[in-house]
Amino acid sequence: MGLAGFEVEVQRRAAGGGVVTEDMTLSMGPQHPSTHGVLRFVVRADGEVMKEAIPDIGYLHRSIEKIAEKVGWHGFIPYTDRVDYVAAMFCNHGWAMACEQLAAIAVPKRGEYCRVIADELCRLHSHLLSVGSMAMDLGAFTPFTHTIREREYLNDLFEELCGSRLTFHYMRIGGVGWDLPPGWGDKVLHFLDRFEPLIDEYDRLISFNKIYTERLVDVAVISPEDAVDYNLVGPNLRGSGIRYDVRTDDPYSVYPELEFDVPVGRGELGTLGDCFDRYIVRMREMRESCRILRQCLRQIPDGPVIAKVPRNFKPPAGDCYVRVESARGDMGWYVVSDGTAFPHRCKIRTGSFAAISIIPKVSRDLMLADLIAVIASLDLVAPEIDR
Amino acid sequence: MEAASIHARLRERFGDAVGDLTGSGRTVGATVEPARIAEVAAWLRREPALLFDCLSTLAGVDYPKRSVIQVVYVLYSYRLRHWLTLRVDAPRDDPRVPTVTGVWSAADWQEREAFDLLGVQFEGHPDLRRILMPEDWPGHPLRKDFVEPQEYHGISTSRESLLKA
Repeated sequence: MGLAGFEVEVQRRAAGGGVVTEDMTLSMGPQHPSTHGVLRFVVRADGEVMKEAIPDIGYLHRSIEKIAEKVGWHGFIPYTDRVDYVAAMFCNHGWAMACEQLAAIAVPKRGEYCRVIADELCRLHSHLLSVGSMAMDLGAFTPFTHTIREREYLNDLFEELCGSRLTFHYMRIGGVGWDLPPGWGDKVLHFLDRFEPLIDEYDRLISFNKIYTERLVDVAVISPEDAVDYNLVGPNLRGSGIRYDVRTDDPYSVYPELEFDVPVGRGELGTLGDCFDRYIVRMREMRESCRILRQCLRQIPDGPVIAKVPRNFKPPAGDCYVRVESARGDMGWYVVSDGTAFPHRCKIRTGSFAAISIIPKVSRDLMLADLIAVIASLDLVAPEIDR
Repeated sequence: MEAASIHARLRERFGDAVGDLTGSGRTVGATVEPARIAEVAAWLRREPALLFDCLSTLAGVDYPKRSVIQVVYVLYSYRLRHWLTLRVDAPRDDPRVPTVTGVWSAADWQEREAFDLLGVQFEGHPDLRRILMPEDWPGHPLRKDFVEPQEYHGISTSRESLLKA
């Protein structure tokens, strides 16, 4: 939005002499309803216009990377759930993949399918919260109740699958903990049959609603060059028009066997890379996830779901770097093994960490209220930033 | 481009400042002399046949046995779709590495994290402050010899088990 009329008026008067304006420093957070966790911004504002917004993170730092060095390879899986508790499956998956790569373990086909099914349900789960809370942050309460309602069914499905509704601890090194429960696949299909038309309903309710899009279009434009330079990933990168998805461009698991599109921002209502583009990419990704889920449930082969992995797991010394496409994009795991029962180092590079680091750059000259739109459109999840 | 040919070009340009090709998969790459890393990084980003436009990960790793702190740069090129990993071995008692924030903006916060958790001094970094830990936290927690303080501002960091008789 840039300089508002009000601001221009103040500057005009100040230039004429008489009125003196002065910057104001505000502390937004750490407890603030729209920061999605505990997150603080120090905002320097001139009236309603931000000069800069400096993120202050670390309030949710639980030293998960240090814990990894203390609890051993198998023991770390429940902790990975807590890296990003809104999309815990992907963290399970990343860690399991890193361990499997270090020890050269092949996951049985059915186990891979179980993983992808769980991943894509988790993506729906996370995107529903993201788009719902984004609408709520911008003042539209009803869409939130709609998305949360559907998310609740997903919680039930997850509970039946692995006993948890949020921190799943479903995947293991070498596969998954449990096979799909009998009849569960039909429940997922039933959910998808009901859910897919609802995405159209969300679109009618909010996506192209003038009141809503006015808050997003042309706000906080991120150019494709900046998106790559700041290492934005996932929907934030694709919102800037770059068609890159780890699932298709650096495929892992059984994604090469599945057919789906990668939606990108097109600047259809305003400038390429604005808040709306990032939002609409998530809406469209939900449809693709539904497509993937249907294919998986049709194609899933019989067989074991987990490979034989010794309880006393000691991968050979070495390091590896694996990436999974989480709901917040490419999540990179750099893991070093020294051949013992404990990881030597585990570094988790998350999507939100990169996304929040671009805020000082994009927030300049935005209205203060637009910071909420920026946070929501980047889908920041505080635990994932701080780990 | 294959890692081996990228490595050959690096060797051609920087000579002995670049070590042998090691590692496999995504972490295939070479060790670089600490003082030369910023220069090597800038060249890798700029060189038309390489175009490493993305710093995918910057990780610090403590190797007390070798007495080094290794900074690992995992690089990726979105345009040319190839990978390279650079490693810098900095002495453990005084790890100093030139910053690469001028090459990739993503390095800014990742270097702050490596400084915070491992104490790597990134020389020339515009704003090298702690990022995850409190500003007055003693030491760098991801170092292998880090000892957790007994208390922080009067708050005990340990608790007796309620299950003990």
